[in-house]
Order: sequence, then C-alpha cells, then structure tokens
Amino acid sequence: MGEAPLQNRAAGSASKPPPPSHPLVRRAAVTMTVIFLTVFIIIPAANVFAQALSKGADAYISVFYAPRTPPEEAAPSPAERRKLAFHRSQVERTWSSIRLSMAIAAIVVPLNMVFGLAAAWSIAKFRFKGRSLLSALIDLPFSVSPVIAGLLFVLLLGRSGVFGAWASNFTWPDPFSLHWRGFAQSWWPLEATQSFTGVIFTPLAIVLASIFVTFPFVARSLIPLMEAQGSDEEVAALSLGASGWRTFCKVTLPNVKWALFYGAILCTARAFGEFGAVSVVSGHIDANDTMPLRIEKLWNEYNSQAAFSVASLLALFALATLIIQALVERKTRRDEVSAAEEKGTS
Amino acid sequence: MTGNAAADRLPPEAPLGKLLRPAPGPPRLVPGLPLTLGYTLFYLSVLVLIPLAGMVFETMHLSWSEFWETVSDPIVVASYKLTFTASAAAAAVNGIFGLIVAWVLVREPFPGRRVFDALIDLPFALPTAVAGITFSSLYLPENWIGGFGRHLAEFINRLAGFAGLGEILPSDALSWLNFPYSNTNAGIVLVLIFVGLPFVVRTVQPVLQEWDTENEHAALSLGANQWTIFRRVIFPEIFPAWISGLALAFARGIGEYGSVIFIAGNIPGKSQIAPLQIVTKLDDFRTAQATAIGIVLLFFAFLILLGINGIEWWARRRERVS
Repeated sequence: MGEAPLQNRAAGSASKPPPPSHPLVRRAAVTMTVIFLTVFIIIPAANVFAQALSKGADAYISVFYAPRTPPEEAAPSPAERRKLAFHRSQVERTWSSIRLSMAIAAIVVPLNMVFGLAAAWSIAKFRFKGRSLLSALIDLPFSVSPVIAGLLFVLLLGRSGVFGAWASNFTWPDPFSLHWRGFAQSWWPLEATQSFTGVIFTPLAIVLASIFVTFPFVARSLIPLMEAQGSDEEVAALSLGASGWRTFCKVTLPNVKWALFYGAILCTARAFGEFGAVSVVSGHIDANDTMPLRIEKLWNEYNSQAAFSVASLLALFALATLIIQALVERKTRRDEVSAAEEKGTS
Repeated sequence: MTGNAAADRLPPEAPLGKLLRPAPGPPRLVPGLPLTLGYTLFYLSVLVLIPLAGMVFETMHLSWSEFWETVSDPIVVASYKLTFTASAAAAAVNGIFGLIVAWVLVREPFPGRRVFDALIDLPFALPTAVAGITFSSLYLPENWIGGFGRHLAEFINRLAGFAGLGEILPSDALSWLNFPYSNTNAGIVLVLIFVGLPFVVRTVQPVLQEWDTENEHAALSLGANQWTIFRRVIFPEIFPAWISGLALAFARGIGEYGSVIFIAGNIPGKSQIAPLQIVTKLDDFRTAQATAIGIVLLFFAFLILLGINGIEWWARRRERVS
C-alpha cells in the first residue's frame, strides 16, 4: 500500500484503450463510486472539522489557549476562578499531549529511517538464504493487531514479564528535564533532574511500541524501488574507486530520496496516530497521553468538541500526508518520464 | 583430516561451512552486507523476535486447561464471534465496492477522479481514534447521517416554507432514511468498512492498470457482451489480487481497536470486540488470560498471512505456466 502509488503508473502500457462500456453501466458505476466514497471518506473527514467548529471559532481556540486568571481588581467569584483554573489545566494537558506526540515522532522516525535504509540495502542488493523470511518479518507489524503489539511489550517488560524484575527497577533520565549544570561539578555538564523508573507505563514503553508499529513503513517504501533500480550504478561507482560509504551517500541516497521521504512521512503520520499499542502500554496516566489518547480522554469526558478540535490537527496532518503523496508521485512520474526520454534519445 | 567427510570438502577458510560461504556465482561487488544485515537483524531481534519469544515463553507457563477455560468463556466467545463476523461483513462490502471503485478509477474518467484517487488513502493516513470519533458522531440520531431523513424532511419543509406552501412533510416522513448506527454492531461494520477500504482498491488498481486489453477486444469481436467479458476474461486475472486485498482487509478488521471502541456499545457479551477483551484482561492484570485471547487472534492473523502468500505463489505459478 505504501509502494503502490510509486509503482502503479506503468511507463506506458502498449495496449489499446479498452472497449467502451455501455453508458448505463458506466453511469451506474460512477454514481455508485462517488456515493460510496462520499459517504465513507469525504463526509467523515468533513465531519471532523464541522464538529470541531460546531461551537464556533472561540470554542475551538479555547481548546488550545487558556487566558490567565484575571487580575485581582476584576474580582472573579471563586467559582469562576475555579473554572478558569480547570480550563487552564485542560489546555495544559492538551499541549503536553501534543509535545509528547512530537517528541515520540522525533525519536521514532529517524531510528526507523536508519533501519529502513539498512534493511533495504541488505534485501535489495544481495541474495542470501532467509532473505524472503527477513522480508516477511519486516511486514509482520502490519498483520498484527496494535493491541497485540502492546501486549507483546507488556509480556516482555511488564511487572510479571520475562524481564519484569529488571524492567521495573530500570531508572532512566527524563530527557525533557535535562539542564545545563556547568563544568563546576564534573566533566559532563548536563544533568537530568527527573528520572523515570520502570519501562511499561512510562514514555519509554510508548517509544518502543511506536517503533514496533512504524518500522516497516520506510523499509517497504524503499525495498521495491531499490530492487527495481538494481546495483548497476553502485557497481559503477565502486569500480571507479569510491568507497562504500561514498557510494551510498552520493549514488544510492539521491536515487531513493523521494521514496525515503515518503516512507518517513508515512512513518510520522502513523507515529502520531497510533492508538491501540500506545493505549495498552501507557496505563492511561495523564502524563503518558499522546494525542490520540488525549482525544479518547476528552471524548470520554463528554467534551466532544474539544476531542474533535485535537482530532482536527491530526486530520490536517493526514490530509497534508495525502497531498505530499500526490506531489511525490507526480515528481517520480516526471523523473521516470524524463529518464525514459533521455534513454531514448541517447 | 577430520572424520566429517562433508567438512573435508570445504575450503579451509570457511570453517563454518555453507552458511557463511558466499553463494556460488560472481563474488559480491557491493559492500556492506555484514553491516546492514547485522544492524537489521539486531533491530528486528530487539523489536520483533525477542517480544515474540517472550510471548511464546509466557504461553508455555499457561496450562492447557487455563488456556481453554479462558478461550471458551462465553463472553470471550461472543467477542470472537462479533470480531470475525463484523470483519467478514466489512471485508465483503469492501470486496464488492472496492472492485467497482478500482474499475471506475482506472477505466472511467470522470471529473474529480484524481481527487478521489488520492482520497482513497485517507484511511491509511487518518489516525484510528479520529476515525472512531467521527463515525461515532456521524451516526448519532441527531447528526447528519444518523438523522438524514429527519434533516432532509426539515430541509424540504424549509424550501416549501420559502415557496409559501407551509409544511408539506411531517418530520418523521423520511424516517426510513435515518441511520442511527452509533452504539450498535452495525456501526462496527461501518467503521471497519472505512478502515479496510484502501486494501482492495489499492491491490486491484495496479493489476487493472497493467492489464492488456487485447483479450477484451478479442472477446468483444467474438460476440461476448460486457458482463461475459468481465466474468470470463477480466475477473479471473484480477482474482488473486482481489482475494489478497480481501484477506488483508479482513486481517485488518479483526485487529482493529482504536476506531471500533468509540462506535461500539462495548457491552461484554454483546458488543465487545476481541481486542477490547484483551485490554480489559490486561487492565485487571490478568496477563495470562489476555495472552490466551491474543494467541488465538495471532493464530488467525498468521493463517491469513500464509493464505495471502499462498495465493500469490499460486498466481505466480499460473503465470509461469501460461
């Protein structure tokens, strides 16, 4: 599914146009398609934004911005002050979920890009025993339910898990609490004031679960492309004396840059939107809420307008993903066509 | 000279034998296999193999009677039934409509086709939680699709009011056009249709695009009508892709959690899906029971994976023969 758009435009199949269909059949098929896609895709997507703005733009903005408590002269009643404080805490929790989602994506996506490049290089350029098994293993997270992915990590690192005793006592520093301590006390100037204990029910488990669920995207985007391109250009570069790294950086990477970018975008979208696996390992603690979990919490609190407001951010990101996909597809098609023209004229 | 005759035939520089000896043929020109393969295997081990081994390890602690007791509990059985029937229904709908959509997108140009083509991938890009809440709110009785008949009647009445005719329709005249499927099992099928929509379309579309229309023209010239052409010429060719798309949609449906829990009633025994059962058991810290339920789901997921690979292998064999 990730690689279909980059591959399904054949470089000109030399067949005649198909025989024209009966106009009634044609009209019925097109109508059914339009209705089906409108009901199942367009209306739900539009509904996200409609519901987010259902109470007006002010309500939408108030999900993300809480005014400070007014100065004492305005003398709000204690009830009003309590309402304002509650509103501020809700907004703070929403922003903390946005920050956590972005931090997780920032960790997960580069790691998966490195993995994707390594896996694609080894699978596409070499033939070895177990190659197809490796390829199937890479596809595993697609066929496994996200809840089972979370369950796997709970079984491994949970309190009664295989490595439970070690994992429950594992202390790791909170990277958001790093601050500059200076060289007065030691050679290492950074210090983390807060640390987490344990793996499950901390953001570390969310990172692991997100990596599990998203690592195939980059690899699956790169492997078909690198297989189709073959090793000719790399062999040519090596025969001219380039080292392995230089070949990789100067020959391979520019060839796959769009597929790499597209895979990274898909990986990011999935990292932001993963719900099942993260829900299982996060323990529903407020501090461990990513954006989808925050949406669930707001929805369960019957604050559907706020839930849809946060959802509208994710929906905008999803639509941006689709637009980028269409642009990348057009760019690769143009590159293919110009490369074919060059080969034809040269 | 060792006693092992096979080892004697090996070159002395490859003591580990066949596994590490380079494959027969030209030597590898491109460097980097040990580094990349090693990193790939390390990453996969930490993320996939060790957790899977952990699951196997934990299941060995489960006694057979405990496993059977968990899996045959009526609530769990009801959740399995709901999961599998809802996914099958959604996959069937996606099979039929996905085929029509793929056909129309490839063969029948209509205004806005490119936009619809790009939108097919929305269920992949949209987070499942967002899909869940939007479907759940859409099919509420007071909302657009849930109360479609009522809203339509109101709209017609308002138009009639502008034309000076007064109320021509009672407000419940079009109640047969209401689809209040929130909190019902029908809603689960609807949201699973959304989630599985791209699978059939995106597997059938490339095949239809690469399709050589020679055979169709030949059949037409021999006097076949369109339905026969489709049934006898086109459908057998796209059948493997279509079935594997169906199987993928089904596999996605049985594992789907995020979008379903918002629209389902989640009542144990009646409207609870199997992944929610797993989460419930985990929340009660009954990891052994959760593992038991998960193993059955994993088993079916692997069956479907094997089935898809088998279909692809069979299709490739047919192509080679013909």
